[in-house]
Amino acid sequence: MEALSIDRVGKTFTMHLQGGARLPVVRDVSLAVSPGECVVLGGPSGAGKSSLLKIAYGNYRCDDGHVWVQDGGERVDVARAEPRRVLRLRRTTLGYVSQFLRVIPRVSALDLVAQAAVEQGASSDEATGRAAALLERLNVPRRLWSLPPATFSGGEQQRVNIARGFVAEHPVLLLDEPTASLDARNRAAVVELIHDKKRRGVAILGIFHDEDVRDRVADRVVDVTRFSAAA
Amino acid sequence: MSAGHDRPLLQVEGLGKSYGARVGCVDVSFDLYPGEVLAVVGESGSGKSTLLSVLSTQLAPSAGAVRYRMRDGVLRDMFALAEAERRFLMRTDWGFVHQDPRQGLRMGVSAGANVGERLMAVGERHYGRIRDTAADWLGRVEIDADRIDDQPRAFSGGMRQRLQIARNLVTHPRLVFMDEPTGGLDVSVQARLLDLLRGLVADLGLAVIIVTHDLAVARLLSHRIMVMRQGRVIETGLTDQVLDDPREPYTQLLVSSVLQV
Amino acid sequence: MNAPMTAGYNFAYLDEQTKRMIRRAILKAIAIPGYQVPFASREMPMPYGWGTGGVQVTAAVIGEHDVLKVIDQGSDDTTNAVSIRKFFARTAGVATTTSTADATVIQTRHRIPEAPLTEDQILVYQVPIPEPLRFLEPRETETRTMHALEEYGLMHVKLYEDIARHGHIATTYAYPVKVNGRYLMDASPTPKFDNPKMHLSPALQLFGAGREKRIYALPPYTQVVSLDFEDHPFEVNRFDKPCALCAAHGVYLDEVVLDDRGGRMFVCSDTDFCETRRAEGHRGEMLADTPADGGAA
Repeated sequence: MEALSIDRVGKTFTMHLQGGARLPVVRDVSLAVSPGECVVLGGPSGAGKSSLLKIAYGNYRCDDGHVWVQDGGERVDVARAEPRRVLRLRRTTLGYVSQFLRVIPRVSALDLVAQAAVEQGASSDEATGRAAALLERLNVPRRLWSLPPATFSGGEQQRVNIARGFVAEHPVLLLDEPTASLDARNRAAVVELIHDKKRRGVAILGIFHDEDVRDRVADRVVDVTRFSAAA
Repeated sequence: MSAGHDRPLLQVEGLGKSYGARVGCVDVSFDLYPGEVLAVVGESGSGKSTLLSVLSTQLAPSAGAVRYRMRDGVLRDMFALAEAERRFLMRTDWGFVHQDPRQGLRMGVSAGANVGERLMAVGERHYGRIRDTAADWLGRVEIDADRIDDQPRAFSGGMRQRLQIARNLVTHPRLVFMDEPTGGLDVSVQARLLDLLRGLVADLGLAVIIVTHDLAVARLLSHRIMVMRQGRVIETGLTDQVLDDPREPYTQLLVSSVLQV
Repeated sequence: MNAPMTAGYNFAYLDEQTKRMIRRAILKAIAIPGYQVPFASREMPMPYGWGTGGVQVTAAVIGEHDVLKVIDQGSDDTTNAVSIRKFFARTAGVATTTSTADATVIQTRHRIPEAPLTEDQILVYQVPIPEPLRFLEPRETETRTMHALEEYGLMHVKLYEDIARHGHIATTYAYPVKVNGRYLMDASPTPKFDNPKMHLSPALQLFGAGREKRIYALPPYTQVVSLDFEDHPFEVNRFDKPCALCAAHGVYLDEVVLDDRGGRMFVCSDTDFCETRRAEGHRGEMLADTPADGGAA
C-alpha cells in the first residue's frame, strides 16, 4: 500500500490584488510513493514541483483531488482534513524539509533539532543524542550547537534545518531541494541520510536539481511537466 | 495524547454581538481543542476585540452560544452559568492577558502578591508556599527572584507583560485569552516575549485564543487562524496555509501589506 | 443623673421617621452579621469624622432609661467623647456615665472597653471606612460583588504584602475579620488587640459609618475570626510592661511622653478601667510610693 498518494490534484492561484488574475499551477496530478521508495519530481523551474510538495504538506490549499497519507491504520486526506488533524499528521507521519530554516529566537541549534524528536515523544536525552549525531554527520561545528542559528551562515542554517527534518521518524518525507548550494561533502552526507531513511521504509517525495544527487537517491523520476497546468 | 483531546474544550456557535444598529461581530462559529492556539487576525474595527470580549464572557452576546468543557468533562453554556461560577472559572481555569498590563495587574502590590493572588483566591493560606510558588513563576517568566517584592510600577513594559502572564498561569488554566499581548512593546522585547509565550504554551498544553493584528505573532504562536473583517469571519484554516496561500481578497491584502513574515 | 432635655428637640435629636429608618437598617444588619447595610445617613450637627454614624445609631437605639457612656481611644474625657455625651444629655435627657459596668449603651471610637461586656449592653462603633477591600479594589461595584460571591482572596493579598515587607503581619488596627463564617468585615479602626473581644461577645455590637452611609452589626455571641496565614497566625499586640499607673497586665496601653528628655510611660488606654483598678488599690510603678487614697484623682 502506498504511503503517499496524490490523486488528480489541481491548483490555481487567484491573485485578487492583480485584478483577480488566475494563475494555474498544476492540473490532474496523480502519483504514489511506496514505503522505502524515493520519487523525484522532475521538470523545469516554474513547472509547479515546489507547489505540489506544499499541497502535499497542506501548506497550500488543494482545489481539486486528494492527497492521501497513510497514518498508522488510517488514511488521511490532507486536502480535506481538519487543521488539527493535519497538524497531528505533520507531527507523527508527514515531514517536510526545505532549504530554508525558520529561525526561532533564543533556541539553540541543538535544541531546535532535538525539539522535532521530542514532539514525536522521544525523551529529552534520546532526542538530544539523535540531534547531536545528525549535526555531527552534517558537519555543523560543535561550537555552534549551543547557539541560536539566527547568526549562522546560510549553509549552516540549511544543515541545521536538514538535521531538524531528519531527526524525527516521519514515515513520509517531502524534500524541497534540501541539497541546493551545499558543498560536495555535505551533499554526500545528505544522500547518506536519505539512503538511511529509505532502508527504514520511509517514503520520500523530493525535488533535487543536482543531477548527481538525483541519480543517487531516485527510484523513479516523475516529470510534472506532463501535469503542468501552464503547459 | 489522552481521549480528552478529541473533544472540544470550547464550542462557539453562531455568536454575534451588536450595539444597536452597529455590528460588533456576526455569526462566528468554531471549536477549540485542548492545546490548540487560535489566532484571530484583522484590522482595527474588524470585530476581533468584540469577539474576544464575548468569548471571555465580559460582554453578553446578542446571538449564539459559547460552551466550555468544565474540569468535570461537562460542556456548559457560559452565559447560563451563575456569576459566581463564571468568576471562579475566570480566575482558575481561564486566563486573560491584556494588551496593557496595567489592566491585568495590581500596580500597587508587589510582583509576588500579583502572582500569588489567584492562589489566595482559591483558598491557599500558607504564606511560605504562596511565596515559593510565586518565586517559581517569576523564574519561569524570566524575572529575577530579587524583584519579588517590587511593585510592577518599577518594571519595564516587557517585564510587566511577563508578570501578567505569570499571574494568569499560576493556577494552570486550560484556556487563555490574549489581546494583542505584544502590542506597544519594542521589537526586541516583543521577540523575547513571543518566544517565552511559545515555550509556555507548548509546555503547559494551553489552549489559547489570541487576538492580534500582527501576522508574525500569529505565525509564531498559532496553529490556526481566523481572519475577520467587518465583524465576520471571512477565512479560516491552518496558520501557515492561510498566510502562505491566502484565498480571500482581504486576506491577500493583509498578507501582502506586511513585511516578510 | 438624668440631664434636663433642651426644649425644641425631638428625643435624641433625630425625628421618629428617621430613627425608624435607621432601626430597620440595624435589624437587617443584625439579621446578616457583618453585611454592610446602606442607610439614608442624615446631616448631623457635627462634622464627618466626629462620629456622625455612631451618633445616628445611638440615637436610634437609645431610650430614656438608658445610661450612656462615650469613649474615644478608650478615654471618656477627650473633646469628642465629652461633646457626644453632652449632645445626648441635652437632646435626649439620658443619664451618662464613665463607668463601663453602669452603661447600657456605649458609643466608642477605636476601642473596646477592657471590662467584659454583658448581654444588657450595646456597643456602638464609629466607623470611618466600612469597606475592608477598598484599598485594594477601589470600585464599589466590584467590592460589593466580591462580598456577594464571598471572593475574599484579595484580603489575603494585603496580609501577604505585610509579611513580604515587614516579616510579619504589620496591620495593627482595622484588622480584617470574617464574621459568622461568611462576611468579611472591617473591625473599624480599633486595634487588633481588641479583635478577640468581638468574638462571641455577649453584647450587641453595632457599627455606623455616617459619611459612607453604612451600618453593620454583630449580634451577641457571633463568631469573629481574624484573618491570617497558617504559617503566620493572628497575634494580638503584647506589651512588655504593665500599666504604669494601675499595674494591669494584658490590657491595651498608650504611650505617654512625660518630658522633653525622652521620659515616657505606658498607661491603660481605657481610663475607666485604670481608675477603677486604682480605686481598688492597684499601684503601678509611677504611683508605687504614693498612698492608696491619694493617686487616683
